[in-house]
Amino acid sequence: MSGSHTVVEHGAQEPFLQHHFHDLGQQAEASKIGMWLFLVTEILLFGGLFVGYGIMRMLHSQAFHEGHLHLDRSLGAINTVVLLVSSFTMAMAVHSARTGNRERLILLLAATLAFAGVFLGVKYVEYSHKFHDGLLPGRFYRHAGDSVPGVAVFFSFYFVMTGLHGLHVLAGMVAISWLLRRAVRGDFSATYYAPVDLTGLYWHLVDMIWIYLFPLLYLIS
Amino acid sequence: MTAASYLTEQRGLRSWLFTLDHKRIGVMYLWSTLLAFFLGGVLAMLIRLELLTPTRTLMDADTYNKVFTLHGAVMIFLFIIPSIPAALGNFVLPLLLGARDVAFPRLNLASYYLYVLGALMALASMITGGIDTGWTFYTPYSTSTGGAVNLVTLAVFVLGFSSIFTGVNFIATTHKLRAPGMSWFRMPLFVWGMYATAIIQILATPVLGITVLLLFLERVFGVGIFDPKLGGDPVLFQHFFWFYSHPAVYIMILPGMAIISEVIPVFSRRPIFGYRAIAFSSVAIAGVSFLVWGHHMFVSGQSVLASALFSFLTFLVAIPSAVKVFNWVATMYKGSIWLQAPMIYAIMFLLLFAIGGLTGLFLGSLATDVHLHDTYFVVAHFHYVMMGGVFIAFLAGLHYWWPKMFGRMYSERWSRIAAALVFVGFNTTFLAQFVMGSRGMPRRYYNYLPEFQPLHVVSTVGSWILALGLVITAGYLLASLRKRPDAPPNPWGGMTLEWQTSSPPPTHNFETVPVVDHGPYDFPPLEAEEELAGRRA
Amino acid sequence: MSTHAENKNAVRTYSIVLGALLTLTAVTVAAAGVNFGSAFINVVIALAIASAKASLVALYFMHLRHDRPMSAVIFVTGLAMLAIFLMFCFLDTLSREQVQPGLTAQAPARAVSISAIILSAS
Repeated sequence: MSGSHTVVEHGAQEPFLQHHFHDLGQQAEASKIGMWLFLVTEILLFGGLFVGYGIMRMLHSQAFHEGHLHLDRSLGAINTVVLLVSSFTMAMAVHSARTGNRERLILLLAATLAFAGVFLGVKYVEYSHKFHDGLLPGRFYRHAGDSVPGVAVFFSFYFVMTGLHGLHVLAGMVAISWLLRRAVRGDFSATYYAPVDLTGLYWHLVDMIWIYLFPLLYLIS
Repeated sequence: MTAASYLTEQRGLRSWLFTLDHKRIGVMYLWSTLLAFFLGGVLAMLIRLELLTPTRTLMDADTYNKVFTLHGAVMIFLFIIPSIPAALGNFVLPLLLGARDVAFPRLNLASYYLYVLGALMALASMITGGIDTGWTFYTPYSTSTGGAVNLVTLAVFVLGFSSIFTGVNFIATTHKLRAPGMSWFRMPLFVWGMYATAIIQILATPVLGITVLLLFLERVFGVGIFDPKLGGDPVLFQHFFWFYSHPAVYIMILPGMAIISEVIPVFSRRPIFGYRAIAFSSVAIAGVSFLVWGHHMFVSGQSVLASALFSFLTFLVAIPSAVKVFNWVATMYKGSIWLQAPMIYAIMFLLLFAIGGLTGLFLGSLATDVHLHDTYFVVAHFHYVMMGGVFIAFLAGLHYWWPKMFGRMYSERWSRIAAALVFVGFNTTFLAQFVMGSRGMPRRYYNYLPEFQPLHVVSTVGSWILALGLVITAGYLLASLRKRPDAPPNPWGGMTLEWQTSSPPPTHNFETVPVVDHGPYDFPPLEAEEELAGRRA
Repeated sequence: MSTHAENKNAVRTYSIVLGALLTLTAVTVAAAGVNFGSAFINVVIALAIASAKASLVALYFMHLRHDRPMSAVIFVTGLAMLAIFLMFCFLDTLSREQVQPGLTAQAPARAVSISAIILSAS
């Protein structure tokens, strides 16, 4: 590039272009890097829980086996399917945004939101069963009839890991609702859809974490 | 005639509190972190006063535990980790890259407010019972003790996100907002240092987040992961804690080293020796820093095999740091040295960091660590690298960029007096601690054997000299702000982009987007710059 | 702007990926009922299937396959750090049993100073 050029004020032409970027493409690429970096922090955050789970499982394998028998595999499998389908609808929503299809985008965002709601609903059912049976985290554990000590530790992990994950699902729902509002308002187009793309990345990560949670908590014996 | 700048173009409290300008955010961070340093410093003075006598001097044992815990927590989380990246880095990084701002200005402001929130929570803990666990919060004591542990763990969680947001911003900015012509290997080395720091911030801080979250949940819900009575493993807490906290010390030192890499070439008027070696060493340090955390746990019950492995890896991480020290010294060789305040502090850094780094090797060796662990030797080691290293580098950077940030030159004469006091005071305080540590004086002890008193007295007197030097520093720097702006755009003759704009810069940084056609340390001959040569003479 | 052909392509790709993910879910549930020898092998198989699913989500839903390499570099680096954390913690916990006889994997680990071990061994 030869010579320098004066900085252009481009607030008027592109309503969503921030002043320190040349164009929407550069802005979208920067945001994508930012979102992947944030996703890595989520991987390490949950990763710590997986490491703790792994070590405790190794130290208390019998107690963890007994604990997992109390979990409802079918509900867990249903939730896995629900999240996978929601990832599909989210990916399709991003695609709709990229192709400028506003009606489909709105529909698919709403579908994703609905599936997320179902996930949380199933979790509510599961948690209610556990509370009813006295299978509560940590010092609130009230279940009688365990053959080995340490089943409480399993349930501590169960609640912390699925609880933190559930919070992330909730946060995702808030983000998708906000996207829905913006989509209805007509903010997105084939040249500007980065927020949909980035929220999609977050949502897929939430799905990925569950992909690991499900077998580790519900399936392995 | 005073030109408009980022300081004056908008006025009023709201224009500062809602700013998206990286320079203003940097300045707000600067005052906040310096305030935290002042608080941490007062606590340090109280510690040293208490240790003047072998028994009670001014406070009881419980209070003493709370004072040293708070000193550590405040200095580490509220000063050292944020200061260089968020205060100096925020201000200078976009300028160095020729950018108009960081990639995510709103995230930047959010980072600052999270810092303020975390700081307020941590300070509130002082009046809600305090914490006496040591800044390391080891279990099972931290899960069972009273006090404000819950509040402080949540504060640390919030502060962690502040740090993560800064890291995310710097990486994205470095990738996408470089000026035309600025290839990766034409970037100033400060940027490489901040980039490596950001990598650590992103990868390590979340583990701190989950650690304090689990600690909080253990206290509130009795989760059981760290408590042996419930089947947990207290050493697991240490693994979690140090997985972050060891790389954290590189979050502290890498920005300091980044400043030294800027200052030494300018004040030696020579290109940096081994640019790529320093750039790659920064990233190498970031990577290897994740492999050594177990060296904090040699006597905690960690297996001998793991300990031996960590010890070996610890020796490896010293290598890139040593490469940098050699390169900085080589840069000075046959250079035209200009002993202004930034350079005085940079040279001081070389000596103090070398001592701190080398003493780390004693601690990294299994056999010697058994004797030195939890003694004053460790305390002296980390103060040499964190204060003698990071803080001195921070002072170098502050003095280097002060004219750019505030448009004023400070008193060179007073800066030399202060630097001398800081140097003498610092070494008096902490050399004595190496000696008493190697003779068995334990750390965090309220009472001690009378035979250690002479060295404690020496150390305390040193702290007074150090404090005097720092008070004088604050004095002449603040005094400079009352002058009319008198700083030229490029007082030091630097070749990096921040010197191509006015001091202080306008809000949009550059009148025209700079195009880069030379490296950051390509100095033209001094003879061609009469005015600068005259000032340097 | 995408063409109509590219659109149909994307829908087809995502549908195939979803199909694969649902199939693998069924597989992993079925595999959980089978005993493959040791608990360790069961864990490895379950994690392998989970990783296959995660890879599909990452490569296709998250576009890593078609995006710039930087995104994948960031993602893989995160995973690598997690792997290091996991490996060293396990290494420590597992090798404690061998070096300190009397402490088994079932009993809670006690913090013992190394100098005590050296003294007791001499």
